[in-house]
Amino acid sequence: MAVDSNPKTAGGPGSGGRIPAPSGRPLRRRPGNRPWVALLVALLLVVEVYPLVWMFLTSLKSNSDYLNNSTWSLPTTWEWGNYTEAWTTGNIGLYIQNSLLAVLPALALILLLGTAAGFALQVMVWKGRNLTLLVFLAGMMVPPQMILLPLFTVYFRTGLSGTLWPLILTYTGTGLPLTVFMMATYYKTVPRELFEAATIDGAGILRAFWTISLPMVRNALLTVGLVQFFFVWNDLLIALTFTNNQDLRTIQVGLLNFTGDFGATQYGPLFAAICINVFGTLVIYLFLNQKVMKGLTSGAVKG
Amino acid sequence: MHRVLGDRKAVLILLGPALLVHSLIMLVPMVWSLGYSFTSGNTIEGFTANGLGNFQRLFTDPAVHDALWFTAKYAVVVTVGQVVAGYLLALLYVFFLKRASALVRTLVFFPVVLPTVAVGLLFQKLFQVAPQTGPVNSLLNAVGIDSVDWFGSAGHAFWVLIVMDVWRSMGFYAVLLFAGILDIPEEVLESARLDGASGLRLVRHIVLPMSFPVLLSSLIFSINGTLKAFDSIVALTGGGPGNATTPLTLYMFQTSFTYGDYGYGSTVAMLLTVVCLLVTLVVFRVSRRDLTEG
Repeated sequence: MAVDSNPKTAGGPGSGGRIPAPSGRPLRRRPGNRPWVALLVALLLVVEVYPLVWMFLTSLKSNSDYLNNSTWSLPTTWEWGNYTEAWTTGNIGLYIQNSLLAVLPALALILLLGTAAGFALQVMVWKGRNLTLLVFLAGMMVPPQMILLPLFTVYFRTGLSGTLWPLILTYTGTGLPLTVFMMATYYKTVPRELFEAATIDGAGILRAFWTISLPMVRNALLTVGLVQFFFVWNDLLIALTFTNNQDLRTIQVGLLNFTGDFGATQYGPLFAAICINVFGTLVIYLFLNQKVMKGLTSGAVKG
Repeated sequence: MHRVLGDRKAVLILLGPALLVHSLIMLVPMVWSLGYSFTSGNTIEGFTANGLGNFQRLFTDPAVHDALWFTAKYAVVVTVGQVVAGYLLALLYVFFLKRASALVRTLVFFPVVLPTVAVGLLFQKLFQVAPQTGPVNSLLNAVGIDSVDWFGSAGHAFWVLIVMDVWRSMGFYAVLLFAGILDIPEEVLESARLDGASGLRLVRHIVLPMSFPVLLSSLIFSINGTLKAFDSIVALTGGGPGNATTPLTLYMFQTSFTYGDYGYGSTVAMLLTVVCLLVTLVVFRVSRRDLTEG
């Protein structure tokens, strides 16, 4: 670890066989660079990480501690009660429950429908599949503001307002284009002959999709699922539009209104609420960061 | 054997549900929204035909001009900030940190997945002046500068927004561009070095042109995202002070839901869509010319 994190030795003469990083030989000859680089990296990490640490420490402060002492100080007493207060009095528990109830069904629908469509568009052979893919792609270009008002009318007229269904349906619709596109791309790497062979063995194409193709794109499903999870979980615009009722608020809408509802003077619980919101993504990121990074950036290149 | 893969019934079963949802949630509402822009009113009170009234209003509405100008300014500055910061980080990863960069890459990427609302509220508190002097103002005080009321003036609020968005997403562009720079063949860099190119000259003449395609897709992705930015601005400034940081996305939302004018809201949404499509088109045109000339 100590060796690895020291840039001076990381590019040392013995490590010529490494593949990815182009060896910066001219730079390596000037060790004078090194303290400068170390300082830069340290500064970078402080700028990226310190705000989060500060937020966590502040979430444990009492009101008077927060208002009267320096912003840099540690909490004088560690007020874990701020978290219970945010969870119950601040309703964050309810908001998280709403978010889960909206996000998980939407995620399941996005993955199921998106993968099936990706399979039909990439593996199966029929006229007009390129055009259909373009129709899906058009959905990625247009800002969501373009669909909100008609959908509001439909949900209102059909009596779906007042439930979480508008969120589930809208998230599914907005998540599909990228999912279809990414899944179609993943299926490109699976040879078509495989499915032909499977169907010779007597399995129908639908069964081949379910029992053969799905296990093969398992990794892709996880990656795409993560990408969509972050999009949907972090969404504010759609949730703000369709949750006209306080009991239906998702975590993002609830957090945005937190100060208004709970009194602007409850600083500890407010920071605790922000921390709770961050905590979920932190846990996922802790375990799956490489997949998350790969998924989000590949979505960008193709989109 | 393509008979099996061309099974129309199977295509219908697999593709049908997704296409149906896509049509009902995306395609039909888009067209419907176009229809709304010729009316005024809303779902609850009903709509009345308004002809081209909304479009006339769109061209003379000072709030639209402000929102359009803010959207443009914000998109350009954030896009440049994100991509430049990302590119510098990517260079740092590739040429200075090398193998040790994995941990730094992962840490700097983390804010990308944070909920925007949480980040917005966090930055509100980081930059606040009252009731408590936040870390940023404390830092300024420490070097002898008076606290700044960051959200009290349009100019300051704009820069806090920029700082936040660059902070939030530079790790993303860094990873994207890092992959692009790694794709440059080792031999090319090596021979450039043998010719005596190093440091900035190596970057300018070899690395930059050779990572141009991925730089371009970063640019397109970034400008597309920043033109549609909504969450971060609502959470940080709420469009204020006044309407100084109100982009088109937020103005559309306010027109529709605060003032209950769905017709005009749809017209603003259409303007936003046109702007997004035009910008993407222009970026593509310009970049294609560059590629053939270079």
